[in-house]
Amino acid sequence: MLLIHCPFCGPRSEIEFSYGGPAAPPRPDDPAQLSDADWVDWLTVPENRIGPVPERWCHSKGCGAWLTIVRDTRTHEILEVRHGA
Amino acid sequence: MAPERLTEGGRIDRRQVLRFRFDGREMTGHPGDTLASALLANGVRIVTRSFKYHRPRGIMGSGAEEPAALVALAGSAAQGNVVPTLLPLTEGLDVRSIHGWPSVRFDLGAVAGLVSRLIPAGFYYKTFMWPDWHLFEPAIRKAAGLAPAPDAAPEGRFETRNAHFDLLIAGAGPAGLMAALTAARAGARVMLVDEGTEAGGSLLARKIEIDGGPAMDWVARTVAELARLPNVTHLQQTTAWGWREHGLVMVQERAPGHPGLIERGWRVRARHVICATGAHERMLVFAGNDRPGVMLASAAQAYVNRWGVRPGQRAVVFANNSSAHEVARDLRAAGVELAAVIDSREGVEANDLPMRAGCQVLRSFGRMGLRGVEVAPRGGGGPERIACDLLAVSGGWNPAVHLHSQSRGSLRWDEGIAAFRPGCVAQSSASVGAADGQFGVADALRSGAQAVAAHLGVPVPDVPQVAKVPPYSIAPLWAVPGKGKSFVDLMNDVTLDDITLANREGYGAVEHAKRYTTAGMALDQGKTGNVNVIGILAGLQGKAPDQVGVTTFRAPYTPVSFGSIAGGKAGPSVLPFRHTPLTAWHMAEGAVMYEAGARWRRPGYYPRAGESFRQTVDREARAVREGVAIYDGAPLGVFAIEGPDALRLIEHACTARYGTLAPGMGRYGLMLTEDGLIFDDGVTFRLSQDRFVMSCSTGNAEAVALHLEKILQIDRPDWCVHVTNLTHQWMNATICGPLARLVLGRLTEMDLSTEAFPFMGLREGLVAGVPARAARVSFTGELSYEINVRPRDLPALWAALLKAGATEGIMPIGSEANHVLRVEKGFLSLAHEADGTVDPYDLGMGWAMARKKGDFIGLRSVLLRRASGRPRRELVGLMPEEPDTDTPEGAPITPGGQRIASEGLVTACVHSVSLGRRVGLALLVDGRARMGDVVQVRLPERCIAARVVAPVFHDPDGLRMRG
Repeated sequence: MLLIHCPFCGPRSEIEFSYGGPAAPPRPDDPAQLSDADWVDWLTVPENRIGPVPERWCHSKGCGAWLTIVRDTRTHEILEVRHGA
Repeated sequence: MAPERLTEGGRIDRRQVLRFRFDGREMTGHPGDTLASALLANGVRIVTRSFKYHRPRGIMGSGAEEPAALVALAGSAAQGNVVPTLLPLTEGLDVRSIHGWPSVRFDLGAVAGLVSRLIPAGFYYKTFMWPDWHLFEPAIRKAAGLAPAPDAAPEGRFETRNAHFDLLIAGAGPAGLMAALTAARAGARVMLVDEGTEAGGSLLARKIEIDGGPAMDWVARTVAELARLPNVTHLQQTTAWGWREHGLVMVQERAPGHPGLIERGWRVRARHVICATGAHERMLVFAGNDRPGVMLASAAQAYVNRWGVRPGQRAVVFANNSSAHEVARDLRAAGVELAAVIDSREGVEANDLPMRAGCQVLRSFGRMGLRGVEVAPRGGGGPERIACDLLAVSGGWNPAVHLHSQSRGSLRWDEGIAAFRPGCVAQSSASVGAADGQFGVADALRSGAQAVAAHLGVPVPDVPQVAKVPPYSIAPLWAVPGKGKSFVDLMNDVTLDDITLANREGYGAVEHAKRYTTAGMALDQGKTGNVNVIGILAGLQGKAPDQVGVTTFRAPYTPVSFGSIAGGKAGPSVLPFRHTPLTAWHMAEGAVMYEAGARWRRPGYYPRAGESFRQTVDREARAVREGVAIYDGAPLGVFAIEGPDALRLIEHACTARYGTLAPGMGRYGLMLTEDGLIFDDGVTFRLSQDRFVMSCSTGNAEAVALHLEKILQIDRPDWCVHVTNLTHQWMNATICGPLARLVLGRLTEMDLSTEAFPFMGLREGLVAGVPARAARVSFTGELSYEINVRPRDLPALWAALLKAGATEGIMPIGSEANHVLRVEKGFLSLAHEADGTVDPYDLGMGWAMARKKGDFIGLRSVLLRRASGRPRRELVGLMPEEPDTDTPEGAPITPGGQRIASEGLVTACVHSVSLGRRVGLALLVDGRARMGDVVQVRLPERCIAARVVAPVFHDPDGLRMRG
């Protein structure tokens, strides 16, 4: 069980958080301008990297903040936590 | 006294006698015994039959590494598959051997051993593939049979605890004790856990002096000092069995010493973990290495020194390393005749021992137990038989890297000790002593002190003096080739031949070989055999062991009871319902209560005396169609969305257009996920320019809140808008039916005329004397007002509505009638029609897609999917050909009713009060192009024919709800 340092609430257990998936690159401003292939790439082909991976977590049973967390998938070490993207 | 008990020595209390039974035989032991030492003291050689071949097996280890012996306990402490080396002996234990039928000495299953050549590695996978492994599994499991689970729950209870420590130290041997002492004296909060009955680790079994006295005196002094310090929690018979993320260590305390408490599970968050977990001795692989009487050298030493038990009369020692020489001397000192010390290394000398250097044991013999061994020089030469009833073997030592490895720390191969050692750490921790491959006691003490001092930044304390001993040395001997079964994994009956076969058949990668042969997958997790497997594979493949690699070390380190994980969570658990302000009223009224999503307790229907279920639901539904009714809409998800960018957020998240809405009006819309599938639906009202109220499905309110907040906090942090969940602030009672306006008019001065308060309008005012927001929305297809009030006002409003409509026969209705009414209208319900696979066009709701407003979440993906032109499952109505036949919800529709892949499914089926027959909704491939067709709903035993119709059975133009 992860121990996540919420910037507002301090170190809290994973059970207080909801996972929001890997952090995708910013949503394109006008998806209509993208080719089908580029859109599908953005939508469905996230990196599955070994090592530090940015992902979203919401402190849903706490302060409600959506966080971006950089977690090393080899060790679970959390290298960075920030509010927002 | 038991026959093999020595008259003196050992850490047992001979003045006290404990009685126990083994397979019905009365036996005795003493406090300080384990079940294993007591069985050996009573001369028990065979305690179990092996898993696959039903070969007789005895006790081979002295602790967690035990690779062969398992027993079952009967009576009040009933438990299956107990490792006897880990179980302290207690008065009255009723012990049974397992696997053996009718007894371990005469086991019919042993015929399996005779045909064993027919059961090679992968046998089950190769043989029982057709038609389905699961057909064969029960019979195979029974034949292989471990002990059955006990019938009754244990007497007593379990509990769990959370705890936080500066340091968790796993293992109370010399390294762990020294580490604990250093940390405790420095004032750190320390938890010291050890799996044994008493602290000391390897010192318990060896005759070593520390500071000029017996090592155990130093242990006793150290334990006493730790006990005096308030910052130390020291627990014996307690195992750190799993290391998870971020310093979370799972700990099982097996003797909490509290009346009625069987075990306690700890979830410990530790800032730093010291792995002082010691080392496990490896088996040697040769023909007949499983014969009762073959024992790990360290175990033989522990039985004579710690428990005062003679494990044999005449011993041969067989080793590839220096550690067994001390064992040979201790056996001799205990009165065991020492026949020979076989050391596979050339040129090893020890003048006081009957050494045979450069030799190896080719095989053991003896029918029900060891009678002797066949020994030959490794370079060749005639074999010689040596009679013995004890063979103490040592294949070298593996640091117990389990915890370190579970924490994701790396391992490295150390040629000097021919074993894997901890490499880099992945979490804040250090391995010390034998767990780090430092096998000498002096090294262990020093490394324990140093690791803690370095972590805490305190000076390294003085370390007790230990007499100098020759350093550990080893030359690997992974297997002695020969005829007969040579076991690499005794508990799962995996042999050298199996590993060779796996390698030949292409399963030579260590993770493949493990699964193909099941080596290392039994209760002992291969503690004595896994590195031998790696060494053997390396030899077969011409590689070094580190090129072969290790399998993943997984928790638990030793078997863990479910009780110590679950703790007090046995029996029913509390998962509270959410009550609306009216739940108590519904129950008093005799309603049948349902859970309406998100644990809300809402009425399903209100049966009256003498009514059938159908009659009740029909009555309630008819009241809405023909008169007036009310229902409890309190759980509906409600959000206030306010701020200059409120409109942008709503138009970004929902499919419909809201910028054109006048204040006081609302619009229905869908919420899509970015992949263009329906996530939720609801009506959003505009209160003023920048203030909106959005509703969503009852069961989905939390998910919608998360979704909206994610948009705002992650994607659009620059937008000025607040989303506030008002689900618990505004709760509604809904009055519906053609007489709703008449009845509501008696309770409010609001102008309810269609001109003043049109469909999809929202008006604020007093209803029944309380402040209310009334909204004209309809889930039933009839004229309908959702009266939202403060929760505390809801019961009064409810009572007033019932009273005001009494002459019109107003009645409360439940979710069953609601369901009938919405199916008649073809309105979607989340998890029925919107099942996470459909987009708005699939449901015929393209009208809800305001494409002119520009981009919104899900639009791009919907268009992409539509452009492909591939057939989709579309919402249709179903009329069963027999009007009273139910087509069960979820039933597949298959082409022609054949038992082939489905072309759709039934999403709902109800008895329609409007049509007086059953009607349903379905998702059907190309459904809208198949109106009038007859499709087949496939049930297991028969098909139901149903006609495809438009998905609306009542008032298709919606005149009644708009009127």
